[in-house]
Amino acid sequence: MARTKVYVPRETAACSVGADDVAVAIARASKERGSDIQLVRNGSWGASWLEPLVEVEVGEQRIAYANVEPGDVAGLFDAGFLTGGEHAKRQGPVNEIPYLVNQERWTFFRCGLIEALSLEHFRATSGFAGLEKAFEIGGEAVAQAVLDSGLRGRGGAAFPAGIKWQTVRNAEGTQKYIACNADEGDSGTFSDRMLMEGDPYGLIEAMAIAGFAVGASKGYIYLRSEYPLTHKILSKALAVARDAGWLGHDIQGSGFDFDIELHLGAGSYVCGEETAMLESLEGRRGIVRSKPPLPALSGLFGKPTLVHNVVTLASVPNIVRLGAERYAGFGEGRSKGTLAFQLAGNVKRGGLVEKAFGITLRQLIEDFGGGTASGRPVKAVQVGGPLGAYIPAEQLDLPMDYEAFIKAGAMIGHGGIVVFDDLANMARMARFAMEFCAIESCGKCTPCRIGSTRGVEVIDRMIAGENRDENYDLLVDLCDTMESASLCAMGGMTPYPVRSVLKYFAEDFAPRQGGDA
Amino acid sequence: MSMSNGHGNGYDADITASIVSRFDARPEQLIQILHGVVERFGYVPEAAIRQLAEALNLSRADVHGVVSYYHDFLTGKPGRHRVKICQAEACQAMGSHELTAHATGSLGMALHETKDDITLEPVYCLGNCACSPAVMIGDRVYGRVTAERFDELIGGLEGND
Repeated sequence: MARTKVYVPRETAACSVGADDVAVAIARASKERGSDIQLVRNGSWGASWLEPLVEVEVGEQRIAYANVEPGDVAGLFDAGFLTGGEHAKRQGPVNEIPYLVNQERWTFFRCGLIEALSLEHFRATSGFAGLEKAFEIGGEAVAQAVLDSGLRGRGGAAFPAGIKWQTVRNAEGTQKYIACNADEGDSGTFSDRMLMEGDPYGLIEAMAIAGFAVGASKGYIYLRSEYPLTHKILSKALAVARDAGWLGHDIQGSGFDFDIELHLGAGSYVCGEETAMLESLEGRRGIVRSKPPLPALSGLFGKPTLVHNVVTLASVPNIVRLGAERYAGFGEGRSKGTLAFQLAGNVKRGGLVEKAFGITLRQLIEDFGGGTASGRPVKAVQVGGPLGAYIPAEQLDLPMDYEAFIKAGAMIGHGGIVVFDDLANMARMARFAMEFCAIESCGKCTPCRIGSTRGVEVIDRMIAGENRDENYDLLVDLCDTMESASLCAMGGMTPYPVRSVLKYFAEDFAPRQGGDA
Repeated sequence: MSMSNGHGNGYDADITASIVSRFDARPEQLIQILHGVVERFGYVPEAAIRQLAEALNLSRADVHGVVSYYHDFLTGKPGRHRVKICQAEACQAMGSHELTAHATGSLGMALHETKDDITLEPVYCLGNCACSPAVMIGDRVYGRVTAERFDELIGGLEGND
């Protein structure tokens, strides 16, 4: 009889709440009790609120047990969890959990399903089938498919990916590069991390497809240093893929050479901006470059470079394998396909939700997220990281659509959604936006470097109640200057959250009774 | 339990030289080399800056510029345990201000300070935003950290009774 498979995720969020300890406890208990189990360290399904989420394979099903602590393990064995036994933490089959069933998994379809580092699991779930198809149809057809799919950059700027691919493909030069931006620094975002931890070969396949399509023989992954577990998993995956002939010289006899180098960032937020990332990849300070030239024509080491976020790239293998029309069939307007939304902050059921564009904020926060963790009313939601606007509770019916968000003075960015309850002081959040910009500004342009510091000072005076009208006007003026005169989005978009607080939560600037909270 | 930084007393130029050669003395690998230096010594000593400039054919100003730019590269020796508390928005929404106040109060130190074996630092997002507030000690991330859990984690650190 086959050994019973027990899945315990090896993923940062799960491990942050004890998954490693649970895995150790299960291994020890099974040994003591003489049960023959096979412990599988899968990625996370993304239902972070249920972590550590342990699954047991029973027949064709995987029975889930949620929020398992090491102290629960003996009781789970007693309850017969190896045959799916009843227990207070039993959730039923994992593929019947509404949070997961109601998603549209395109990019994350393997996350949670497979043992992240098993090449065998990867191959058994269509792994490298996209690359094989690419070899078959040729680079031009691949670039065309990316264009036809309507895929836009998921890092924040939402630029049509296919146009970039064609630009790099048509650029002159014998040496071109793929640069994968894994510097996921926006608060409230973790989809890149989950993908790299749960489906690392998926990213490798995607980068190889990109290299093949645009004529690049080398790729770089720029990974933030705040993700040490991701670093371990990716390093291992790269080594395994290389040994198996999926990276390196003449991949699987195709005649195509491609390899990937993994670089660690060093704690700078602005290195998530593409040109600062290129500077950092070249070993320098992460100072933003002026554009033009576009990185697609003159990027890393001055060569044509395709720069994409992790999730953008990882959406491609299925587009190539299943066809552009399938992907374009999701979404609405000019926002095609799916986005991995991330529910974070004060939300009851936080985690990753991949859905087609068009879903509303309310559906995400209420139907998936279950409202706030504190049980109090939602006051504001910040979408798109620290440079995104604060959206008031009255506007939660806003559809997740790039153009609809721009119209509302907000941005979807990387799809992070941070929920705040009614106890949040939004003036303090506006101050934080400026403070964060002051800490992280690369310093190259004056509006960002100096403006952010002045912004903190002005907001402090407003909170203290000094010359409020005058300081209000000054802050609006400062926001205009930063937005129109900064070199990149760091200084250029820091005004977004600040303005949204002025517009919707101006009363929070008033000194509170009994002092400022 | 958690990883600790820089056990070595004193600087060893041979170690830095071996890190440099692991990266073929390529100047574009400076940041990766500096990570190697921090892994061994816990910080970037002044002597390493001089040595790296020479070995990579860069000016000392170039190397100093990179070291001072990135938050990861401390130029003073930190405690054995770098304890980072996330200060970004998602963690703020779940009480990271209160957690930070608890930490500074109970440890008797401000952010960016080192006392005994501990260096306390702010960090802006650990990517654990669905399990806020988050803390990182060495290279391990902890989620849903309450004041009590924080005290347990600190109490469990090696060399910290």
